[in-house]
Amino acid sequence: MTTTTLAPAAPRVPVTRAYRFELVKLVAQWRIRLLLLACWLAPAVFVAGVSRQGTLPTDTLFGRWMHATGWAGPLVTLGFAGSWALPLLTSMVTGDVFAAEDRLGTWRHLLVAVRSPRRIFAAKALAALTVLLVLVTGLAVSGAVGGLLAVGNQPLVGLDGHLLSPGDAALKVLLAWLCALAPTLALAGIGLLGSVALGRSPMGLLLPALVALAMQLAQLMQLPVAVRLALPGYAFLSWNGLFTGPVQAGPLLIGVSVALVWAVAATALARFLFLRRDFTGPAHDGSGRRALVLGALLPTALLAVTVGVLTPTAGAAGSGIGQDKVQRSVATAFAHLYRLQTAELNRPAVTEAQLQVTTACDKGSDRVEPEGPGNDWRCVVSWRLPGVEATGTAVYQLDIAPDGRFVADGDGPKEVNGYFLVRTSTGDAPNPLWQFDGNVELLPAPSKG
Amino acid sequence: MDTLLAVRARGITKRFGDVVALDGVDLAVTQGRIHGLVGPNGAGKTTLLGLLLGLAVADGGSLEILRTPVGRALAAPDGVAGFVDGPGLYPALTARQNLAALAALRGRAAGVEEALDQVGLTDVADDRAGGFSLGMRQRLGLAAALLTRPRLLVLDEPSNGLDPAGKRHVHGVLRQLAADGTAVVLSSHRMDDLEALCSEVTVLATGRVVFSGPLDELAAENGALDYRLLTSDPAAARRVAAGTAGVRVTDDGGERLVVRAPVPALDALMVRLVQAGVAVRELAPVVSPLEAAFLALTDQQQVEAR
Repeated sequence: MTTTTLAPAAPRVPVTRAYRFELVKLVAQWRIRLLLLACWLAPAVFVAGVSRQGTLPTDTLFGRWMHATGWAGPLVTLGFAGSWALPLLTSMVTGDVFAAEDRLGTWRHLLVAVRSPRRIFAAKALAALTVLLVLVTGLAVSGAVGGLLAVGNQPLVGLDGHLLSPGDAALKVLLAWLCALAPTLALAGIGLLGSVALGRSPMGLLLPALVALAMQLAQLMQLPVAVRLALPGYAFLSWNGLFTGPVQAGPLLIGVSVALVWAVAATALARFLFLRRDFTGPAHDGSGRRALVLGALLPTALLAVTVGVLTPTAGAAGSGIGQDKVQRSVATAFAHLYRLQTAELNRPAVTEAQLQVTTACDKGSDRVEPEGPGNDWRCVVSWRLPGVEATGTAVYQLDIAPDGRFVADGDGPKEVNGYFLVRTSTGDAPNPLWQFDGNVELLPAPSKG
Repeated sequence: MDTLLAVRARGITKRFGDVVALDGVDLAVTQGRIHGLVGPNGAGKTTLLGLLLGLAVADGGSLEILRTPVGRALAAPDGVAGFVDGPGLYPALTARQNLAALAALRGRAAGVEEALDQVGLTDVADDRAGGFSLGMRQRLGLAAALLTRPRLLVLDEPSNGLDPAGKRHVHGVLRQLAADGTAVVLSSHRMDDLEALCSEVTVLATGRVVFSGPLDELAAENGALDYRLLTSDPAAARRVAAGTAGVRVTDDGGERLVVRAPVPALDALMVRLVQAGVAVRELAPVVSPLEAAFLALTDQQQVEAR
């Protein structure tokens, strides 16, 4: 027998070092550097620029309050980011993090260097997540800084017309961005999945953006509420519920939970496919047809299960937009905004309770059931003033989107909800009762009490 | 003797689906030697190198690397380095950053400058690898492998794209490594590279070893080879050649003759030419003996495979 000394096994590279290696590679890409620069600068420039203009982006939520407070800026940024920026950012970062190695032909090199596909996956996922978080933080901070510098730290008018103190507004803005992180993570997971399963194919890179686009289109359609809530992008909308009183916690928590489940499921599936990938074969690009089928089937199954789970909560069918909810929502917003208008016009202060606002809403002609989205809602608001015998009435035309958001447009009388300028602490602004945003909670109304 | 082996492979088989990439391959690589792996495209060279690097596991047979049996993927022992399918480099990083990132991955910060210097890339260390020529990338890939101070270095076509100066540089590095005791296994299509570097070669064809051993043994595998013969009297030389047993004149190009003969018959021809008063000015194989042996071995194997 010869005595032999065994060579020690090659030491495994700790995840922390592999993570640093992946970060170095990501940050070295000019594309990522450009994104970092854009995310930390562009929102500030945009918000500051728009806040100084005469015309405001009123079709974006909180856009009409950009002259009134700096806190509207980060929310407008969030509205825009939820539709475009965040899906594109996830595409560019996580959609490429695995595919880049395919493109460069560096898998074998990386495997020899790290010697553990598990650690490579963990390091890549964490590095992509880190870059994504820095980008999202940049968007939020930059929007807020731009708004605060250009307009200032003023109270924010919530989605139901009530006034949030600057501190409260700051907290809600932070929470809103945190809520939007959940669907961003879901898209990031889908990005990892696309990057692993599709390899060099451009489809892998585009997958998060395409999924986000599909989800946006779906939100525009008249879907049952359970399906709407089961889509991983719903939390890009449900943060709106933070700005009502009380907070619409139901859709918010469901949206965030669903998005997080998607994030975990998509990442786990990506990891499963990655660990089964054979890097030794003569041709290795992507994970093959079986992986693609699996990658498509499991998300579909997840969607079906989520819809099943949410149906008892959300109701089997229907848009979730009913006459009672619309009336309540309009009445609440009107009462809050009436108080604001009273203050801005220097009239004697009233409380919401004194106003006793009631609303009667109807949709289209008499033959149509007053239910569901549409731009043919019409509401008559009535209120009383202390010491005044007569009841005031005003008419609003409502355009309610399928996701429950609405724009109320004052239809007279002109002195109540017509267009005129009022003097505010931040300059002249349109009459707050002229046009306002609101939303209808799609889930069945909680029992009062 | 076995303890000096850096690689000992016995009966290695590897399949990809229905394709048999390696079929009962034996390989022995001694420490401190440069071992060449030659074969036509698709012969299984890269697959075999991948097994040595631990990128894959053989379906059958046994493999010991640095005296450690290898049974799992990515479980190659410490001291093995190299690349297959070209050096893996990140084009957005500079040469120095590429090496520094790899060194940091292994927790060793030192050695980057030394590795750059060894492969002659110090002058371009701060240029992005994306702008490098193939030859420079090969050298940087070699530098990356040198960072780990390997005892077994595995290189897939390391001479690809190298200019003559670069090739000399790389060959110098590899010889020095071998002199220091590192075993080097490299693949190439080109016999002239291997002749310049290797002491032993293994010839693969369609997944099988058709020859393994010292280079001169491979050259001696040949039967008759074609030689170009230039003499002071071509007509007399032609007559002498025709009259020598085992020698055949295959081409009479006036001044130059091409004769086909095994080495002993060629020796006899030389003696007879001198005795006949014909001066020999040049005698050279038309194709290098190694090239000829390689072509003969691999052609034969491919014909059999069909």
